[in-house]
Amino acid sequence: MPGPSRPRLAVWKFASCDGCQLTMLDCEDELLPIADRVEIANFHEASSAVGDGPYDISLVEGSITVPEDAARIREIRAQSRFLVTIGACATSGGIQALRNFADVEEFRRVVYARPEYLRTLATSTPIAAHVPVDAELRGCPIHKAQLLELLGAILSGRRPNLPADSVCIECKRRGNVCVLVARGTPCLGPVTHAGCGAICPAFHRGCYGCFGPSEAPVPDALLPKLEALGMRPEELERFFQTFNAAAPAFRAASESVRNRRGPP
Amino acid sequence: MTPSVVGDRRTLLRSDFPQFLRALWNGGYRVVGPTVRDGAIVLGELREEADLPIGWTERQEAGTYRLAPREDAALFGFTTGPHSWKKYLFPPRERLWTAEAEGSSFRVVPEPSDPVPYAFLGMRACDLAALQITDRVFDRAVADPGYHGRRARALRIAVVCGHAAPTCFCVSMGTGPGVGRDHDLKLTELLDGGPHRFLVEIGSSVGAAVLDRVPTRPAASADPTAAEQVVARTAAGMGRHLDPTGVRDLLLGHPDHPRWTVVAARCLGCTNCTMACPTCFCSTTEEIPDLYGDRSEKWRRWDSCFNLEFSHLHGHPVRPSGRSRYRQWLTHKLASWHDQFGSSGCVGCGRCITWCPVQIDLTEEVRAMQADPDAVQTTGAPP
Ligand code: SF4
Ligand code: SF4
Ligand code: SF4
Repeated sequence: MPGPSRPRLAVWKFASCDGCQLTMLDCEDELLPIADRVEIANFHEASSAVGDGPYDISLVEGSITVPEDAARIREIRAQSRFLVTIGACATSGGIQALRNFADVEEFRRVVYARPEYLRTLATSTPIAAHVPVDAELRGCPIHKAQLLELLGAILSGRRPNLPADSVCIECKRRGNVCVLVARGTPCLGPVTHAGCGAICPAFHRGCYGCFGPSEAPVPDALLPKLEALGMRPEELERFFQTFNAAAPAFRAASESVRNRRGPP
Repeated sequence: MTPSVVGDRRTLLRSDFPQFLRALWNGGYRVVGPTVRDGAIVLGELREEADLPIGWTERQEAGTYRLAPREDAALFGFTTGPHSWKKYLFPPRERLWTAEAEGSSFRVVPEPSDPVPYAFLGMRACDLAALQITDRVFDRAVADPGYHGRRARALRIAVVCGHAAPTCFCVSMGTGPGVGRDHDLKLTELLDGGPHRFLVEIGSSVGAAVLDRVPTRPAASADPTAAEQVVARTAAGMGRHLDPTGVRDLLLGHPDHPRWTVVAARCLGCTNCTMACPTCFCSTTEEIPDLYGDRSEKWRRWDSCFNLEFSHLHGHPVRPSGRSRYRQWLTHKLASWHDQFGSSGCVGCGRCITWCPVQIDLTEEVRAMQADPDAVQTTGAPP
């Protein structure tokens, strides 16, 4: 029953595109039961009514790229019982973490007419690099079913079912024919965290790794296969440098390719 | 016409094959078998004859598979594909039961059994051997009601392989290519020496009843001979070989063999081999409650010994390295399976070889250890 004792939910945005928050609004059929079970106290994307903390559940989207945000996430942590990061930006730094591989000073000079007005950090970092995180939802964007599973788990006080195995197992359960084996299409599924339901291979595309590394990825074992399929070193490097470029296992893979081919 | 009996051999003309399919559909079966989808010959429901891979075959090798046209219009001119029949008897995801709140307690609502029996059209010798294995696996302390419910009523229509794939080694495992007695009907497709036809051998009274609704004639004496030649030709064309002599003791006796480290460096731990294998049966269950907490479903899904989480016991995984997980898989499959289930867990179908994205081949791994069983690690400590 709705009542004053409903857990209070807040949704926060850092450097990100809002796509993961929109997944919440995308839960059309389930949105009413959610609103029934939790009080949506702070969700700018959905309502201008904003309630003060503390919050029982904070969903955090986006990465830390400016000094103000590094301070803001600490305040949010202090006001939150469960802090859950949602999406590739929050969990690994996102596509904007490509700056971690380059010289941000140079970007500032080239891109902005008055770079002195700009205060930014040299890196884009995941939320967990700043504060303790209780659970994370991967993906660019996150998957609606995983969001509902997580909220359901928190509400009933149980451990969420969020397997950290590979996309391949989801492919096989779904009956997909492996695109790597049957088409020679490069695929990151063997090193990528499950959760999407193997959508891309179901449409004959290789996995782009938007859920980031799986629990025990072995990218070094995949590189020779991708090379044998004809990927050039610069393509291979880019393959691992997308939404989760700064996730340690993907970062190590792109750097090992770069080191082998020497400086650009 | 006198009804056929077990052991009868009859000839079914290719032109009457649609009537054979019709007899299955009219008999109330959900007919599943090979069909072309997504660039491979997979298993799916057959609703018309054209759903069969007529005139198709495949080329497969370790880590690669390509669909290819045949020069004839054979109905079963291919070997194994990415799917195995286990997906019907032991589905990738299956609801086991539902719990519903009832006052301060709850009641369990069991899963109703599926009323429509399957007809499995096109099981190969290795598939039937795998079925015998999973029959034992799912009949341990408590028989699995879902598996056995579907299994008991499934019609097994075997097809003898007309050739072996480069990844096949059923001869080594003693499971094929000839089909023994474990079938309801057995078909050998005959493409030469007369019209396109099938030798049909009756393996059970259920099979006989189906065949009696199809126009066939007693097999001419040449057809059983031609069928024997098909088996001999396929047996001679095995692409892989594994000498099973002493493998159980070899694997169990050498947990620190350096080859485990070598293969682990190549292995992705991606689970594809276990998913493709017709006898791998690991699963996990999850509880899926609704948001209100008055209804909760218990689901089972395929899991794999290659997953870190799978060996998670009180606080940490007991097989933390890729090396220990690959070793667990192969040692269970080829060694401790004998102690647990009374046979090898491998039927030599070669699926794990083809569908391993990085070409890991268990026959090669075993051969390497057989060649140098007492090799010791010279560099680094095994993880
Ligand atoms: S298509 Fe990709 S994700 Fe699917 S099984 Fe093959 S390698 Fe794995
Ligand atoms: S281990 Fe490989 S060859 Fe043996 S039955 Fe399983 S998939 Fe087939
Ligand atoms: S042996 Fe091949 S298919 Fe199996 S887990 Fe290793 S890489 Fe994947």
